[in-house]
Amino acid sequence: MRSVAETRVAQEPFGPGPAQEPFGPGPAQEPFGPEHEPETDWVELNMGPQHPSTHGVLRVRLKLDGERVRDADADVGYLHTGFEKSFEEKTYTQGITFSDRMDYLAPPINNVGFVMSVEKLIGVEVPARAQAIRVLMMELARIASHELWLGTAGLDLGVYSGFFYAWRDRELVLDLNESYSGVRMMTSFTRVGGVAWDLPEGWIEQLQRFIDVMPGRIDDFEAMLTDNPIWHQRLQGIGALSAQEAIKTGVTGPMLRASGVDYDVRKAFPYCGYEQYDFQVPLGVNGDCYDRYRVRVREMRESLKILQQVVDTLPTGPWITSDRKVALPPRSELSKSMESVIHHFRLVSEGFKGPVGDVYAFVESPRGELGFYLVSDGTNKPYRMKVRPPSFCNLQPLKKLVQGVLLADVIAIMGSMDFILGDVDR
Amino acid sequence: MLVERLGNRFTQALRESSDFRGDLSIVVDPNAVVEVARYLRDEEGFDYFLYATAVDWPARDPRFTVVWEVRSLANKTRIRIKTTAGMPEPHVPTMTDVWPAANWHERETWDLLGIKFDGHPDLRRLLMPPSWEGHPLRKDYVSFGEPVIFSDQKLEGLEPDAIRG
Amino acid sequence: MGELTLRPGPMPTGRAAGPTPLNALGDNVLTTTLDKVINWGRSSAIWPALFGLACCAIEMMGTVGPRHDLSRFGSELFRASPRQADLMIVSGRVSIKMAPVLRQIYDQMPEPKWVIAMGACASSAGMFNNYAIVQSVDKIVPVDIYLPGCPPRPEALIDAVVKLQRKIRGEPLVKRPA
Repeated sequence: MRSVAETRVAQEPFGPGPAQEPFGPGPAQEPFGPEHEPETDWVELNMGPQHPSTHGVLRVRLKLDGERVRDADADVGYLHTGFEKSFEEKTYTQGITFSDRMDYLAPPINNVGFVMSVEKLIGVEVPARAQAIRVLMMELARIASHELWLGTAGLDLGVYSGFFYAWRDRELVLDLNESYSGVRMMTSFTRVGGVAWDLPEGWIEQLQRFIDVMPGRIDDFEAMLTDNPIWHQRLQGIGALSAQEAIKTGVTGPMLRASGVDYDVRKAFPYCGYEQYDFQVPLGVNGDCYDRYRVRVREMRESLKILQQVVDTLPTGPWITSDRKVALPPRSELSKSMESVIHHFRLVSEGFKGPVGDVYAFVESPRGELGFYLVSDGTNKPYRMKVRPPSFCNLQPLKKLVQGVLLADVIAIMGSMDFILGDVDR
Repeated sequence: MLVERLGNRFTQALRESSDFRGDLSIVVDPNAVVEVARYLRDEEGFDYFLYATAVDWPARDPRFTVVWEVRSLANKTRIRIKTTAGMPEPHVPTMTDVWPAANWHERETWDLLGIKFDGHPDLRRLLMPPSWEGHPLRKDYVSFGEPVIFSDQKLEGLEPDAIRG
Repeated sequence: MGELTLRPGPMPTGRAAGPTPLNALGDNVLTTTLDKVINWGRSSAIWPALFGLACCAIEMMGTVGPRHDLSRFGSELFRASPRQADLMIVSGRVSIKMAPVLRQIYDQMPEPKWVIAMGACASSAGMFNNYAIVQSVDKIVPVDIYLPGCPPRPEALIDAVVKLQRKIRGEPLVKRPA
């Protein structure tokens, strides 16, 4: 364990000093290079791609002066999957299945973001019940993702039991996913113009039990960590990012809000009917690792509030648009009408076409603003699909954040960023 | 209106502007794109960088459209800045001086589409291995993978079972 | 209860009892083959490498989690160092950039070692038939168990581990094809 005095030293470079260009072309904060070499030698340490605290396959090359980090270079791409190329080869409906696998801790949010870009391009209205079902699935995914973050980030810092608590609760969300869509993780539940299925019988009751039990479970976590002196010492003042720097470096989601910037896509640009629900956007003050933890825990509570409101006001009616240009004919028609069978076949095999143009649609994922920039050339497939991954943007300031901290703090900082390598690398 | 202000100020550089489904985008001459960006950041408050990418149109000349999108957190507006780059060595100026967050996004665009960003502080491959040849998201880059062989098909004269080993 | 058959005398135990007489071993001797006893040991405590790639790694964590609890099958001890592991669970898609790293981790593991290709991507690249993904991990390392699913459920991973245990018990001790 290191002493409190050392912790203070680690904070120094990020104190409220004169505004500096974080990534500007000039010299880095501390002069770095052969001519500025300190009297001691530095060591280059390779961390990853197989390292338990990189949460996937991230490689970081660290330059160490004793225990202190002088520079870092993140090497990503070890999970590059070519999603953007694959999207170009699949129809819009087939693409939904790909979108799950990008940010694999919040597949429903990827699904919704993907179809929202297509809906915006084509101009499809989504019925109210479908919007509500989407909100339910998205908020469940947010809770599950933050739970997993709590479990694994705690594991890196020595909170072993937290992992088991987190997985106990996460399994409840996976159960709900399973009884709705048939799979535990990769739901693929959205369709252009709505969702694939209505909620099954008894699902709302199952969800209500979850909403009732979760506040106590979050209390358990908070009792374990929030006032824990070791947790404080490992996280407070570590990896702080001021509001100005956070905007400049382009971080998003809880990382941006922990620095005190009030920006949440659900509030700023409401989609899927978020404007009807009453919820707060938790903000941090110092922008350090501890604030990121507090923001995420409070976000889970806000998500539960949203879930309860959706359950109380769940609209009835169709769950997919009646626009037959994009929606399949209902199954009952297939046995009666030959035209419906042909239409069904055309939609499944060939898909539907979009107009020429380009749109950008974005949603709030647990990691921040997840955007899809869709370019269409008028065919049934995206001409180009660029994903704006939140983890990618959050990982970018790593070099800046770890300069000057101790090696053990690198683990805490990387843990607090909550990046998913599938999202970074795509 | 933002577009009018831009049009008055950059009469030569602003080639066209469009508003498709509420998304405002402008096409700017590559020589003036940094100037326009600086104006957007300093005068119009576009402080938050979203992403940079490029689109490959093999039939067009110039071939590539390079796209940056930025947002103003205070005004809740968004603008897409586009410019063009032609073969054989597509290059555009970098935005890292205006929005430092563009750094990795432009590296990724260089990696996957082969657009050179002049003046970028650290233009290396980001996602692909350093020794990789080619730029996979270009349209003429074949997404090779492996051919899928069904039992009634033959590949290069081999029996399907022989291919499976 | 029927009649008890008593031993010839009381079983002397501990140091106070002095040297154990030969006949006292009685029915405490078990004869078996070396293959069986060593494979029993190997199969009962498989230590996987702590090595997650993509989505399947999350389900792999779920398998260790409280509900599914892989430790019931003696396989919960994930080792971060490949030097201490004897099972590699390839949990996710392997990119071409990752392939040499994966092979190096495999090479660092001591013999005997086994590989589970968890999920469609590791087994056959699944839906990702493109430039970035190695089309099946068996091009890089020898695979013992192919586990289907996208991602497979924790129960499926447990089943794969149990099947692997069965396979290990049947292996000849002297030579294992690499």
